[in-house]
Amino acid sequence: MAEPIEKVSIVVSRGSLEGVYPGLIMANGARMEGIEATLFFTFFGLDAIIDKRMDNLKVATVGNPAMHIPTFLGAIPGMSAFATSKMKKEMEALDIPPVREFIEMIHDAGGELYACKATVDMFHLSKSDFAPQVDEIISVGQFYEMSAGSQIIFT
Amino acid sequence: METRELAGAAIAFDEDGHMANRQEWNENVALALAKEEGIDELNDRHWIVLNFMRKVFDEMGDAPSIRKLTKESGVNTKELYQLFPKGPAKKAAKIAGLPKPKGCI
Repeated sequence: MAEPIEKVSIVVSRGSLEGVYPGLIMANGARMEGIEATLFFTFFGLDAIIDKRMDNLKVATVGNPAMHIPTFLGAIPGMSAFATSKMKKEMEALDIPPVREFIEMIHDAGGELYACKATVDMFHLSKSDFAPQVDEIISVGQFYEMSAGSQIIFT
Repeated sequence: METRELAGAAIAFDEDGHMANRQEWNENVALALAKEEGIDELNDRHWIVLNFMRKVFDEMGDAPSIRKLTKESGVNTKELYQLFPKGPAKKAAKIAGLPKPKGCI
């Protein structure tokens, strides 16, 4: 039998609702299985841990062919909000928590959360802009050091 | 399917190593299963989780998600991971005599 996975490092690079959830679900799922999990938020993925933004992530209705709606319809004001509220309802029914609660859950489950230093500098952010569950702002180098022995998953 | 002796009774297990027949489960079997998982003692808090899982399984046919478990049982996420280190959902289900949970959350 192959060696079981003991540690995962998940990079969240996108800031749309559908861009953020896969990483959160995988991190939480890892902890549920007793696998160590580290989340590294970079670029627009930072929105998932920025205190003022994390409750307002939206589904992208433009440039997303899998939504199966024409681009010009997706661009109508309110379309993204509509798609977002529909998706949130579906997720709630499956017991998938809202982003803030999910972040708290992963943190309480022993998962570690980090913000990417390059992006933090680029967007002129500081530690106080993030949810309290965020452990630290780290560089790519530190991320690789911490990820020693882990599977790195990019989302 | 394999059968082996646990707490003085012959117990059947499924391919995931969880109990195959819930009827064979009792508190002594739970304690023996817990020991196999590295949990030497089951205290009141463990029992809150185990009983809640069994109750939800009876009602819904699957073990509860961690979210439901922590919201409704009164045991929060941190404590849950302390009570059942290294994989609370699977471990608690196993000790409770339930099949491996199907959910992702």
